[in-house]
Amino acid sequence: MSVSEGTLAKEVAVTREEPRGGLAVAVWATLKRDLVLLLRRRSEVLNPLVFFALVITLFPIGISPDPALLAAIAPGLLWVAALLAALLSLDSLFRADYDDGSLEQLLLTPQPLALLALAKVTVHWLLTGLPLALMAPILGIMLALPAGSYAVLAISLALGSASLSLIGAIGAALTVGLSRGGVLLSLLVLPLYIPVLIFGAGAVQAAILGDGVLAHLAILGALLALALSLAPLAIAASLRISING
Amino acid sequence: MWAFINKLRSPKWFYAISARLQPWFWAAALILIVTGTIWGLAFAPADYQQGNSFRIIYVHVPAAFLAQSIFVSMAITGLVFMVWKIKIADMAATVMAPFGAAMTFVALFSGAVWGVPTWGTWWMWDARLTSMLILLFLYLGVIALRGAFSSRDSASRAASVLAMVGVINIPIIKYSVDWWYTLHQPATFTITGRVGMPMEMWLPLLIMVLGFYSFFIALVLTRTRSEILRRESSKRWVRELAEEVN
Repeated sequence: MSVSEGTLAKEVAVTREEPRGGLAVAVWATLKRDLVLLLRRRSEVLNPLVFFALVITLFPIGISPDPALLAAIAPGLLWVAALLAALLSLDSLFRADYDDGSLEQLLLTPQPLALLALAKVTVHWLLTGLPLALMAPILGIMLALPAGSYAVLAISLALGSASLSLIGAIGAALTVGLSRGGVLLSLLVLPLYIPVLIFGAGAVQAAILGDGVLAHLAILGALLALALSLAPLAIAASLRISING
Repeated sequence: MWAFINKLRSPKWFYAISARLQPWFWAAALILIVTGTIWGLAFAPADYQQGNSFRIIYVHVPAAFLAQSIFVSMAITGLVFMVWKIKIADMAATVMAPFGAAMTFVALFSGAVWGVPTWGTWWMWDARLTSMLILLFLYLGVIALRGAFSSRDSASRAASVLAMVGVINIPIIKYSVDWWYTLHQPATFTITGRVGMPMEMWLPLLIMVLGFYSFFIALVLTRTRSEILRRESSKRWVRELAEEVN
């Protein structure tokens, strides 16, 4: 009797100890897992970048190869094309996890879903938004973007694409349960992208004109702060809806 | 307060109370819109600059008001639905969305028609026009999202979340578009330039705005009632009601 009780107590103690590690561990594990997964599917990381370059190639062909004309519209073109490339990658943000059931496991963890979702979005930005921002100056050269605006272009894209990832993740979470959510996703997300586009392209434009760039970047930062504080909650709520539905 | 919220949980109670309310709102809408239309089109003085074309204002402004307030009401009913699980709130949100989109379209279209005599063009990338167009896209997104789900409960909750996300974004979009407009284009013509509108022009406008709002409330009441019957069609009281009618 006493022996079995002892083992029982031991087992209880063991099971109690098992879910060890708090929020930081869970967030770190999610970050690491997603990074590894995405880095192993390189095409998914590369596709948005190739798309970005391709779309930028279309404009000189479609409009005019005249450098003066291209230079005038380059900030807007680069921003719109980067925005579309980021949008393109959104559909796969939760898709694989939804299909293989690991999203459900994420919902079942005792840690707040909003923060785990934030970790996933961070990885998405690291492998989509940041590379797009780094690549944009190269495409800027091809569009004869005036000198002095390259750094601002990269910084504004890096800041802005973080907001885009966060806002877009809400749409991705809402449509992940739908079989053909792709077009719907862009319908939901694009109107919400407009403020980021205005201030992002505005920053580059201001850099070209020699106006104050910091005001634009500061507003982009403010938008990011707002998205960072509210979007994870909306993403978590949307994921719950998609899983339960 | 709680008693009221608990009553709202019952579609049957809402069905009964809305039956008593809706004739009043329909009557108010009819009287106000007819009065406002006749007054505005026939008796209000013509604008000294725009002539008679300014009379589009009597459709344009009420529609634009409604377009914005319906989205806010949709977000509020969405919040009520998410927090208290009140089905009536979601039914109201369901019927509001197409009407809101229609009002946004009416505001845009009447604005375009008005633009021809005043600006000489159907469309200008004016800050207000642009943010109205974005509002239309937001409405279409909510409607499309609701339609995309096969489960009604998921559809309702997803649409509620999107309406709330949208309503947080509307002021941000509005201010950023204003900023964008002032940066990119010189103000050639401002709609707000018409300050100090004389009383004879302003009163019919007020009547029209009130009439449009009454129409909105009446329409939502009536359409929510049909939505109740559709969703609760398996409930006993609805079947009894159907038998009574037959």
